[in-house]
Amino acid sequence: MSLTRTDIDRIAHLARLAMSGEQSERMLTQLNGFFGIVEAMSAVDTTGVEPLPHPIAAIQDIALRLRDDVASEPDQRTANQQSAPAVEDGLFLVPKVIE
Amino acid sequence: MAGELHQLTVAQLAEGLRARTFSAGELARHFLQRAAQHDGLGAFLATHEEATLAQARAADARLAQGDAPRLAGVPLAHKDIFVTRDFPTTAGSKMLEGYRSPFDATVVTRLAEAGMVTLGKLNCDEFAMGSSNENSAYHPVKNPWDTARVPGGSSGGSAAAVAARLAPAATGTDTGGSIRQPASFCGITGIKPTYGRASRWGMIAYASSLDQAGPMARTAEDCSLLLSALCGPDPDRDSTSLNVPAEDFTRSLNDSIEGLRIGVPREFFGEGLAADVRAAVDGALKALQQLGARVVEISLPRTELAIPVYYIIAPAEASSNLARFDGVKFGHRARDYTDLEDMYKKTRAEGFGEEVQRRIMTGTYVLSHGYYDAYYLQAQKIRRLIADDFQRAFKECDVIAGPVAPTVAWQLGAHGADPLADYLADIFTLPASLAGLPGMSVPAGFGEGGMPVGLQLIGNYLQEGRLLNLAHRLQQATDFHLRAPEGF
Repeated sequence: MSLTRTDIDRIAHLARLAMSGEQSERMLTQLNGFFGIVEAMSAVDTTGVEPLPHPIAAIQDIALRLRDDVASEPDQRTANQQSAPAVEDGLFLVPKVIE
Repeated sequence: MAGELHQLTVAQLAEGLRARTFSAGELARHFLQRAAQHDGLGAFLATHEEATLAQARAADARLAQGDAPRLAGVPLAHKDIFVTRDFPTTAGSKMLEGYRSPFDATVVTRLAEAGMVTLGKLNCDEFAMGSSNENSAYHPVKNPWDTARVPGGSSGGSAAAVAARLAPAATGTDTGGSIRQPASFCGITGIKPTYGRASRWGMIAYASSLDQAGPMARTAEDCSLLLSALCGPDPDRDSTSLNVPAEDFTRSLNDSIEGLRIGVPREFFGEGLAADVRAAVDGALKALQQLGARVVEISLPRTELAIPVYYIIAPAEASSNLARFDGVKFGHRARDYTDLEDMYKKTRAEGFGEEVQRRIMTGTYVLSHGYYDAYYLQAQKIRRLIADDFQRAFKECDVIAGPVAPTVAWQLGAHGADPLADYLADIFTLPASLAGLPGMSVPAGFGEGGMPVGLQLIGNYLQEGRLLNLAHRLQQATDFHLRAPEGF
């Protein structure tokens, strides 16, 4: 099953990537080339196989770690905002969202 | 002596510093001068002499007081995927041009606590996505053994800097082979520990269930010194950090390897393996046999499947991790846009390079409604089968050995606009990554064009000591790791 230009444009929108027509065409060719080798996966019988999302689950029980709900970091607002594209009064600025 | 400082290993430098044969300041200046002299290699993305010399002064003060830690004053450089307060951090991407982190990565902190002095930040493929370092948004890195060839990737700057003696050691990260493959291509030694051994805090995320930090240096002994310093639990900051205490990996370096069973997977020696690489790997296996190890044939039947499985899982995780780059809190923001969504789209299209965009697209697709089960979930299931295959293999052997890559380093530009060529060349490093196993590359000889060839060693979980032991014994019997590229 091959991807189409419509698929590429839909995925690019989901991924929030602006893409020109020429770029979409190239992306289409390259992704279809890649999905050619992915087909081998569908022939593998995985009935009853548990997915392995975390490699260490193969050797240790993975439990979500919890810590006490206490502040552990000092106030770093200025440092954290030093690389922001637009800041005012300690707030991140974005284009107007609500009219 | 001063002219030869860069030929010394980490272990020798540490000894010389302790004996006051030279100072941390002298070393820092010497290596910075070399980095500047060989700027044309493209290995460094940033240096900051004042910051380096300040760290060196602190190390010299501790050495003078006599309470200095083992690696005090030894310089190293960090892959630009680790965030650092004293140096800019870009992850090899235009997206983070000019970014300054308010904190240091845990790995950076641990090595600083061990007394090491940071020379600067090393070039890499953008967000660690690549096998040739040609995906750096800044400039490619040249292989010091032949400057018309790639150094490998994604830790290509790290491998080239160590091979060219611009730094005695470097950090790297390995998601699908990004420490092992460039180490092999540049004739140095590098180890990726068990997933979870090294903290991922402050390591810019690519594929979180695969990303691991590790050292790259010229010898197994040096790697063991660095690995001992950088591993250890980081429970409050990395939820996947293993609850396993730090170890001193130097202790087992000289253990006997008599009777050790080395498993050689037949799938690693098929048609795709170049004859020159095979010859060097066979030679290294013979040397290990002469040291008392036994070679047994094993099978890793799903080796080829590791390629699609990895290139589904890693991009899926990348598409999620890289969602944070939206032009709001840090990094690049497009100049012209009509509204918030337009700003996101243009910012990301301008800030990310082609390969990164391709992986985000693949990841977004395989996680999207209607495709998740067929691609992402199926890949996670085969990932378990691949991990199980390793456990079956480790019933018959103690360590697995084979090639790191099917060929020696290729020419810059050789893979051109064919991303699939890069993916296919990762075949031998991907399986251990998917299983979360420790793996390393050890210089095994030279192939076509006099280019280095690495031997890959894969151990069972937490067996880094065993890998380093085997590598060290091999390096006591061979001299491939001591050879320097001409002109360096």
